[in-house]
Amino acid sequence: MTRDQIKDVIVEIIQDIDEDADVKSISPDLPLRDQLDLDSMDFLDIVMELRKRYQLQVPEADYPELASLTSCVNYLEPRLKDV
Amino acid sequence: MIMPYNSIDKAADVYDVVVVGSGLGGLTTANRLANAGHKILLVEHHHRLGGLATWFKRKGHIFDISLHGFPHGMLKTCRKYWNRAIMDSIVQLKNIVFDNPQFTIKTTFDKEDFTSILTNHFKVPRSSVDDFFNTVAGMNFYDDRTMTTRELFEQFFPGRSDVHRLLMEPISYANGSNFDDPAITYGIVFSNFMNKGVFTFSGGTDKLIGMMVEELEKNGVTICTNSRVERIVIDQKQVRGVIVNGRLIETSCVVSNAGILNTIEDLAGRESFSAEFLEKIKPVKVNNSSCQVYMGIREGEKLDDIGDLLFTSTAPVYDVDEMLDIETRSRTFSLYYPKTRPGHDRYTVVASMNGRFDDWANLPEELYKDEKKKMIERSLVDLERYIPDIRQKCDWLEAATPRTFQRYTLHTKGSSFGTKFEGLEVSRSLFNDVKGLFHVGSVGIIMSGWLGAINYGVIVANDADAYLRS
Repeated sequence: MTRDQIKDVIVEIIQDIDEDADVKSISPDLPLRDQLDLDSMDFLDIVMELRKRYQLQVPEADYPELASLTSCVNYLEPRLKDV
Repeated sequence: MIMPYNSIDKAADVYDVVVVGSGLGGLTTANRLANAGHKILLVEHHHRLGGLATWFKRKGHIFDISLHGFPHGMLKTCRKYWNRAIMDSIVQLKNIVFDNPQFTIKTTFDKEDFTSILTNHFKVPRSSVDDFFNTVAGMNFYDDRTMTTRELFEQFFPGRSDVHRLLMEPISYANGSNFDDPAITYGIVFSNFMNKGVFTFSGGTDKLIGMMVEELEKNGVTICTNSRVERIVIDQKQVRGVIVNGRLIETSCVVSNAGILNTIEDLAGRESFSAEFLEKIKPVKVNNSSCQVYMGIREGEKLDDIGDLLFTSTAPVYDVDEMLDIETRSRTFSLYYPKTRPGHDRYTVVASMNGRFDDWANLPEELYKDEKKKMIERSLVDLERYIPDIRQKCDWLEAATPRTFQRYTLHTKGSSFGTKFEGLEVSRSLFNDVKGLFHVGSVGIIMSGWLGAINYGVIVANDADAYLRS
C-alpha cells in the first residue's frame, strides 16, 4: 500500500469508530487525541481493525506509534508494503 | 422478554472460542469476537444471561439488582461495542442525594456541580478543588500506585472528613473501594462519573440484556443457558476445551467470565499453572460482597420524587468497617419510578449495602432468616425519613445477602465487585502462562461496574483475537 492509501484506511477506520468525527480537519502531524474525541479504547479499536483487515499484529508497546496520522503512516508503511 | 434457552446438547463439537459466563464482560467479549469473524459459544450456568446485571420479578414488580447509575462513557461504549439502539436508551439521573449527620445535599454529580458544592457549601478554596479535579483526571492505571486514596484526600482537603465522605462514599458503593485502595483506582473511577454525571438504562436491565442477546444472535453467537462449565481442559499449557454438563466441547481459546480466583482454582485448576504464576495470585484479594432489600410498591400507589439515588447514613463519619458491618447504618436507596420502565407503571425501591461474606456465611438457618428480617426493618426505618408511609405502600419486601450473591454468581465469597487492584495484572497475564486462556470480569477496581466490565470485555476480546490470529 502507498502512504496515501494507508492514510485513507486510517481515516476510514476512525470514521467508523466515531461517525461524528470531523476527519477532514485532521492535521496529520498533531496527536489525534488532541483533535478528535478519541480515548484509549478507540486506539484499541484501530488495532483490532488493522488485525482483522490485514492480519497485522500491533503489540501494546507500539501503541504510541499510532498517535498522529503521520506517525501511523510511518509505522504502517513497511508493515503493509505487500498488501 | 423471552430468553433463548438452548441446551448444551444443541451445541456443536468445536468452537473457535468458548466464553464461560454471561456477565456484561463475557457478553461483550463474545459480541466483539463474533464481530471479528470467530465462531463463538457462550455458556451460562444460570437460566438467565447478564451475571450481576440482572433482575427478578415478584407479584408484578421488576427488581433491578445492579442498575443504580453508570458514567456518561456508557453512551459511546454501547454505541461502539453494541449498537445505537442500546445507546439511545441511556438517560441521565439528575437527582443524586446525600444525607448524613455531616451534610445534606442534592447534586447532578458532575464536575461543575461538585465544584460549586465544594466551594459554596463546604467552603473549600476554588484552587484546591481545581487542583484536585486536574490531578484525578490525569491519573492512569499504570501510574505509581503507592499513594492511597486517604493520602490523596489529605493532600487536597486536609482534615476535612466531611469532604472525604462526599468524595468516597458513592465510590464505595459503586465498586467496594475505600480509603486504603490506591489513589489511581479512585481517580480513574471518580473522573469517569465527574465527566458528565450519572446515567441509567431506560427500560431496565431486562430490556438491556434482551437487546444484547438479540445482537449476539444476529452476530451468530451460540448461547447455552443452564450450562455449567465444570472444567477447562488444559493439556501441556494449552487450552483444549471445556467440560459442560458432562460434555466435552473442543476449543483452543476460553474466555472465562467467572471470578478470577474461580477461574484459576476451580475451572482451570492450580496444577495448570507455573509456580511463578501461582506466586503472583497470592496477593489477590476479592472485594467485599453486598446486601440488598427490595421493596415493591403496591399497584396504583405512587411515590413523590425524592431523588433517583440517595446515599444515606446515620453514622457520624465515613467508616469502612461501619459500612461493611451486618448492622450498618449506611445504605443507598435506588428509586425506580415509572420512567425507569416506560409503560410499566410501577415503583420499586432497592436499598443496597456493602457486606462481608464471612458475617453471613455460617449463620444457622433460623438466625440467617432473622438477620434478613432485621435488615429489612432497618432499611424501612431509614426510608421512612424520606417516605413516611412506605410501610403502607409496600406490598413486597425481600432481602439478598452475600450468600444470595454467591449462589447466583458462584463468585468466591460472593464478591460483588471482583477483586482489589492486584487482580488486574493476574487477569491480564493469564494467557502468558496458559495458551488460549483469558479472563474477563470485574478486576482491579477500575474494571468494575457496568462501564468497566464492558470496556474490559473489549480489551480482552482484543487479546483473544490477537492470539487466535497469531
